[in-house]
Amino acid sequence: MSNQQKHWEKSRGLLMITLAIWFVFSIGIFLFGAEMNEVTGPFGYPWTYWFTCQGSLGAFVILIFWFANRQEKIDEEFGFSEREDE
Amino acid sequence: MKQGNFIDNLPKIYGIYTGGFIGFIIIMAIAEQMGMTAKAIGIAFVAFTVFIYALIGYLSRTAQADAYYVAGRQVPTVFNGMATAADWMSGASFVAMAGGIYFKGYGYMALLVGWTGGYVLVASLLAPYLRKFGCYTVPDFIGTRYGGNLARFSAVVVLTVASFTYVTAQINATGTIASVALDIPFQYAVYIGLISILLCSMLGGMRGVTWTQVAQYIVLIIAYLLPVFWISNKMGAGFFPHFMLADEVARIGELESQFGFVKNSAADLATVPKGLAGITKAHSAVNATPWAFISLALAMMMGTASLPHVMMRYFTTPSVKAARKSVGWSLFFIFLLYSSAPMLATLSKLSLIDPTLSTGIIGKSIAEVQAIDWYQNWNAANLMFVSDFNGNGTLELNEFFMGGKAVVLATPEIAGLPYVISGLVAAGGMAAAMSTADGLILAIANAISHDVYYKIIDPKAETAKRLVVARVLLVVIGFAGATIAAMEIQGILGSVIWAFDFAMSGLFFPLVLGVWWKRANRQGAIAGMLGGLAAGTWYLVWVRTGGSGFLGITQLTFGIFGSAVSLVAMVVVSLMTQEPDKAIQKMVDEVRVPSGKTILGKQ
Repeated sequence: MSNQQKHWEKSRGLLMITLAIWFVFSIGIFLFGAEMNEVTGPFGYPWTYWFTCQGSLGAFVILIFWFANRQEKIDEEFGFSEREDE
Repeated sequence: MKQGNFIDNLPKIYGIYTGGFIGFIIIMAIAEQMGMTAKAIGIAFVAFTVFIYALIGYLSRTAQADAYYVAGRQVPTVFNGMATAADWMSGASFVAMAGGIYFKGYGYMALLVGWTGGYVLVASLLAPYLRKFGCYTVPDFIGTRYGGNLARFSAVVVLTVASFTYVTAQINATGTIASVALDIPFQYAVYIGLISILLCSMLGGMRGVTWTQVAQYIVLIIAYLLPVFWISNKMGAGFFPHFMLADEVARIGELESQFGFVKNSAADLATVPKGLAGITKAHSAVNATPWAFISLALAMMMGTASLPHVMMRYFTTPSVKAARKSVGWSLFFIFLLYSSAPMLATLSKLSLIDPTLSTGIIGKSIAEVQAIDWYQNWNAANLMFVSDFNGNGTLELNEFFMGGKAVVLATPEIAGLPYVISGLVAAGGMAAAMSTADGLILAIANAISHDVYYKIIDPKAETAKRLVVARVLLVVIGFAGATIAAMEIQGILGSVIWAFDFAMSGLFFPLVLGVWWKRANRQGAIAGMLGGLAAGTWYLVWVRTGGSGFLGITQLTFGIFGSAVSLVAMVVVSLMTQEPDKAIQKMVDEVRVPSGKTILGKQ
């Protein structure tokens, strides 16, 4: 397998993990919205309500930065990262 | 303006700008104490900020194609994040979102999740790869990846339908705010709004829009957060509302069960002015089925990843790496506003319905409420209404009606904040609507000038001529949008949601599969774009004209159906026709690695 194929394989793996986490916060928890809302969550808000106000939104922000860092590492590993931005 | 120097000095320039704006707010506050009228403050806020944007637009003027189309590809990540956030957060987000949450609760908050979650798709599936491609517009990617004028033209068609639907709503919002703040009729205010928008984009294209959008973001975020924090502190709800409103949310639930949601008779409701609504849904309870919530969120997420005016912001970063990071920053800046909207809705609702608060009106006598100053103002503006349906002389929860916009526009006044805050909020709403309208008009005009005129009609055209065409188109599209906006066909929020559905119907899969599926070919892409758009449009028309719909897909989520048709059409047609040639496959391989020259830079 060429270097490029390996790079792409790993990038695709990262994409799958990213999309899985994305799925949990955008879709997964809202499948059980009614049940989860009965429970008191962070800062005292009901759980599902908190996720729609802050939780999922914040998780997406963190997820994107995490993804960007991981992808940069993969690019470096296979020597595909860009030269320093001028 | 020297570009290199300018880029290095950005933090300083915008730091001074922010300080200057805060100084302006303080001057206005002092002027208010000294007797400046509310109307004059409103005019000063809108006029001053619009003047600054126009000045930035003028200073960013350019005669180079690279600067005009992609801001010279040197916008630093954080600033591009701010510009994208302003580009993204429209008049609807600013003015109507808190109101939507206030009235519809959980079911509406699917939009919050959808309009943020979509950025994960942008960052992981598309933005870095399109940046590597080095295109000027989204159809530029489609046209080069799949080859042929028909594919390029189909992408322009989808882009135009989606963005134009969106832009009329934004010009409408600019007009609404200008007409309130400047106190002129809406029909004229729409054109004043349009001229302000064109001042930012005409001379500098993407470069002008980028730097005005950063300035607009700063204004709109201050204008949104300052009142939220102030009101929260004034009510004693907590100095950092986001972490401290749990008691208030619980208290609203308590009051709701105490008052009960009494259903009004149709005859009673007929007397309520159009566009106003009462509180009929629980504030923090789950009031939608999982599918209703998820389908709306999903439609907004896929729409986010297909809207060209957002995607093209990531063409302006210096590198692929920067494009990825920049998506994170964009979402962070959006998060600041979106996470505050539910807090504002909570504060606004509690301050109105809690009888133990001095601002609470439920339980007071109707005559007493009708004598309140702010009630009279907002009643005159057609945004508030009370009526004694049961004839007991006391205002009940079901007898109080408000317009969605009033949550953002009127809450500062209800909570007793000085008028300077209302002026600030008007300037913020104007900034939000203008920045989005600018991005959209530019996206359409660039697609038509670059992809239709330059790439299809006259490939030999000189840069100067191309830029003249681009600017003429900008004005023409702006005026067309304003003319339709002046007719007031669809509400602001409705057309915004439709735009997402149109975009995802036609563009989501052709864009994503262009990077992630090498086997996707021209015929498949064309089938996907046109088939998806046609299917989505058909479903919308069908449901609007009395069709029953299926699978719980409504007129707000028709993109789910459109994009499903698009995916099937694209895969089936691609597999039935020849696989793309070696050169194209090699191009896709190159798009997938960040290093090296851009694809189009090589050709």
